[in-house]
Amino acid sequence: MSRVLESYFAMAPLGAVLVSLVAAILIMLSSRSPNLRETWTILAALCKFAVVISMLPAVLSGLHPGITLFDIAPGVALALKADPLGLSFALSASLLWIFTSLYSIGYMRALKEHNQTRYFASFAVCLSATMGIAFAANLLTFLIFYEMLTIATYPLVIHAESAPAVSAGRKYLAFLLSGGVALLLAIGLTQMMAGTLNFAAGGFLSGTIGQAPLLTLFVLFLVGVGTKAALIPLHSWLPAAMIAPTPVSALLHAVAVVKAGVFGFARVTGFVFGPALAADIGATTLTAVAASATILIASLLAMAQDNLKHRLAYSTVAHLSYIILGTALLAPAAWLGGLFYIAAHAAMKITLFFCAGAIYVKTGRENVSELDGIGKQMPLTMAAFAIGALGLAGLPLVGGFISKWFLFQGAVESGQLMLLAALLPSGLLSAAYLFPIVTRAFFKSSNDFNKFDDAPPLMVIPLLSTAALALLLGIYPDGIFHFYSLCFAAVMSVLKGVVF
Amino acid sequence: MSHLPVLIPVTLLFSAFIILLGGFLKRDLAFMIALIGGSLSFVFSALGLWAVISGGGLRYHLGGWVPPVGIEYALDALSAFMSTVVTLVGTLVLLYSRRSILQEVPERFVPMYALAMLLLAGLTGIIVTADLFNLFVFLEIASLSAYALMAVGDERAPVASFRYLILGSIAGSFYVLGVGFLYFSTGSLNMADVAQRLPNLYGSRAIVAAATLIFIALGLKMALFPLHLWLPDAYSYAPSAVTGLIAPIMTKVAAYAVIRMFLTVFQPHYLLDVLPLMPVIGWFAAAGIFYGSIMAIAQTDFRRMLAYSSISQIAYIGLGIGLANPMGLIGALLHILNHAFMKACLFLVAGNIRFRTGQWEVSRLAGLGRKMPWTMAAFTVSALSMIGIPPAAGFFSKWYLLLGSVDAGNWIFVATILLSSLLTAVYFFRVLEQVYMRHSQEETVPVNAADPPASMLFPTVLLGAGVLVLGLSNNLIVSSILDVVVMSLK
Amino acid sequence: MDSLIVDYNYLMTASLLVIGLYGMVGKRNLLKKVIGLNIFQTAIFLFFIQGATKPGATVPVWDVRISGEAAGYINPLPHVLILTAIVVSVATTGVALALLMTIYRRYRTLEEGTLLERMKQSP
Repeated sequence: MSRVLESYFAMAPLGAVLVSLVAAILIMLSSRSPNLRETWTILAALCKFAVVISMLPAVLSGLHPGITLFDIAPGVALALKADPLGLSFALSASLLWIFTSLYSIGYMRALKEHNQTRYFASFAVCLSATMGIAFAANLLTFLIFYEMLTIATYPLVIHAESAPAVSAGRKYLAFLLSGGVALLLAIGLTQMMAGTLNFAAGGFLSGTIGQAPLLTLFVLFLVGVGTKAALIPLHSWLPAAMIAPTPVSALLHAVAVVKAGVFGFARVTGFVFGPALAADIGATTLTAVAASATILIASLLAMAQDNLKHRLAYSTVAHLSYIILGTALLAPAAWLGGLFYIAAHAAMKITLFFCAGAIYVKTGRENVSELDGIGKQMPLTMAAFAIGALGLAGLPLVGGFISKWFLFQGAVESGQLMLLAALLPSGLLSAAYLFPIVTRAFFKSSNDFNKFDDAPPLMVIPLLSTAALALLLGIYPDGIFHFYSLCFAAVMSVLKGVVF
Repeated sequence: MSHLPVLIPVTLLFSAFIILLGGFLKRDLAFMIALIGGSLSFVFSALGLWAVISGGGLRYHLGGWVPPVGIEYALDALSAFMSTVVTLVGTLVLLYSRRSILQEVPERFVPMYALAMLLLAGLTGIIVTADLFNLFVFLEIASLSAYALMAVGDERAPVASFRYLILGSIAGSFYVLGVGFLYFSTGSLNMADVAQRLPNLYGSRAIVAAATLIFIALGLKMALFPLHLWLPDAYSYAPSAVTGLIAPIMTKVAAYAVIRMFLTVFQPHYLLDVLPLMPVIGWFAAAGIFYGSIMAIAQTDFRRMLAYSSISQIAYIGLGIGLANPMGLIGALLHILNHAFMKACLFLVAGNIRFRTGQWEVSRLAGLGRKMPWTMAAFTVSALSMIGIPPAAGFFSKWYLLLGSVDAGNWIFVATILLSSLLTAVYFFRVLEQVYMRHSQEETVPVNAADPPASMLFPTVLLGAGVLVLGLSNNLIVSSILDVVVMSLK
Repeated sequence: MDSLIVDYNYLMTASLLVIGLYGMVGKRNLLKKVIGLNIFQTAIFLFFIQGATKPGATVPVWDVRISGEAAGYINPLPHVLILTAIVVSVATTGVALALLMTIYRRYRTLEEGTLLERMKQSP
């Protein structure tokens, strides 16, 4: 029996990747019957989540299920491995895909969108690539799925096929492919310097290589993953990509693509360089400065946006840098805060985007200035929005608070007190650009919105569910999905042996 | 078994003659015989490859005369590998060609197949021969067939072909002159024999002249920048099937000849230390990579864009050869294989578009993604591979070239390889945008645009799928075949 | 000055080579380019054949008086090589002339300048 279990666990990460690839093919074949096509999407999402969560007990007990396929380059194999960090990312992505699929179906049908087959098929491939990124056991496997993600998201960005959409698509590709090129160079150099590309908790690069080459390598990695992680000045593709349909912005540009970037950064700092080495070569300070600058600048820019999705985009840019900041510091608390925020921010941001989409579908409105009094018509939507806003501002009871708390602790522990100067105001700024939307929705009245007429159920149920998830992560962080334990285990493995 | 080396070109030669006879009885016989000849040659090549992997090489002495007096044919890892690639891609394109030629130049159906067989015979002959002058003979056989094949179809084709003829004949003559210098200095025409006698003559100026002349000649045939001038016109005006046949394999065989001269005849020590020709080739190649990509971006005709793209890709191979370290050379060899598949697929796609819509302007390809899904799927895979997106094949040859450049400490080459990926993305995504996004708004796409018939679609899709398969299995190819080839460099 | 007299054969070959190249590159008429090509190739043939001679040797036909002495016969191999090369050259010229005929039929000129103009206009 245990042999069967063993082979199941070996295949499970691969299965998680392949489920939606198979689904993509089935979706393309069912383009004539929308109901069948949508069934494949939901089925794939549920199966994927089931496979991912089935690995949870094993990973929590210290096992790392995985499989090494054939060699894909001399000395480097195509290999997948589920460790705590990877599993937490995969878990958040696959869980949220279930809700996004339901939401997508509601959104696309309500707007009677074109090219739905291409949309759902691309989505499936994107999630496949995300699983691959999460479970990659070495840098080359990571790169393969990373580039796959860039290409698979392109059809979704230009979905509208209008001139602005096409030019947004060009900007998108220009940034992300350039980042991919920087990453390729970094990985090639790593192969030549270290002879191996396999991720190892605590890093595998040795300090003997020399500070200058290592720092250059780190900067290349930073540019490579930082493009997807929307680090300023590599961020301008993200607001441009908001031209995509809202479910795309919600899952991909709040959860999958951008989190792939910060996840990649965590992998680089934790599993390639190692936090101690990163601090030695001065990478920590460099990253901390870049991330802090991003947080402040992006928050300020968010306040200036009237278009709701653009405001949320800049907010995403800012909040992603919390994670980068956390994983750049040499302090367990900072790491814990950063890693936990991957899941927490995902839940909160996706809720906000879902609400934006619901508002657009129901009223056709995209700008904050047009939303006075909308709480009367769409109370459920705006309630969910409120929860997300509270969480992003860092109030207790919603997911964001725990991360903020740990990040503060970490900044103090590692002696980088200047970072508090970035963290403290950012919470206030988040409140400043999000709370007014809620208060004006509920406490101002307008003639446009009089009776209750919220978004269709297929959209409301997902957004309420993700809001509930955000609450769950705030009240009981280790609840059903054990995100907290996974992050804790990841931090312990990365920082073991580091003396403070 | 030991006859395999000579059977590969001879089968194709005989097919050419039989086609001329049979074709005048019944036209379709020409196609059948061509297909059979090509497939047989491929089978022989594959058998030869298997023999090389499992044992050693195969040698055949023409007429029983022992070298260095006689002419020798040899299959070693390098030639067996090239031969398999060339015959496989060639046969697939031949399968494709029937409907295409029937539509574009039906009156020349029979002679074209005979010429195609001669072309393949010439190319495979270059690959298997181990004699310097014999290489010239096969080179000219292939070139003459190419001149003739390229001259039919479009109004401007004969002019482009004439230019290619002049330049190509200069190249052939330079090659003969170089071989003459070598012969008069060493007294032998056999490659291995010359290689043995060369070290004593390292100081000789005649050898310098010989090396320079030979590499210029082969560089021109390979369309290595700046000797590429004949390529864009020749590829753009020839019939679709002809470009599909010539573009993927002809320049690669010339690249093979360069590698053969480098590894076997002149040997790395001479070309790196005594007369540093390899670094020169490398630098010209780097320039060629940029030149080709930038010119490709400026094109509005789909096939002309692919032609300039070819110049850029061949320059990658030149870069790998110029690096002259194991990684670089493996990258070059892998790229020969990958590019043959990718370019064949791309030109076949162009042929499919021509078949269904009668033109090639990029701006008029709108909406074809819907109407010709399988063709465009193959195009997408090949395009992504050319840009260098993993896990398609193109990524892995770039990976090796990158590692080779880092190994050699040549950061300009590194930057060239990486930047050119982005430039390639520009011109390919422009086409992808047109094909997938724009609904047929203008009167561009005729109503009957659809995927072409099976005999044309099957090779296109097979090559496209092959690109993915090659990517995933690249390590297998490298470890079993290519590592053996570069053994002498380590 | 010594070389000019002793190596006059190489000088002649080189001059023919350059004349041929000039014809191919410098002349605007396509037919003259073909002639230049022929001259160029002939120069190379001459080079090979010169290399085959030996002082005091005779034609490579078996003579009882010289019998097996290799130094008594001139080297037959380059001659054979050139035979092949001449055939190639003739074939190339044939193809070139066929191409020129096609070009003339379509464009009614063999002058490069006029040809390029007409090509720009017609398709």
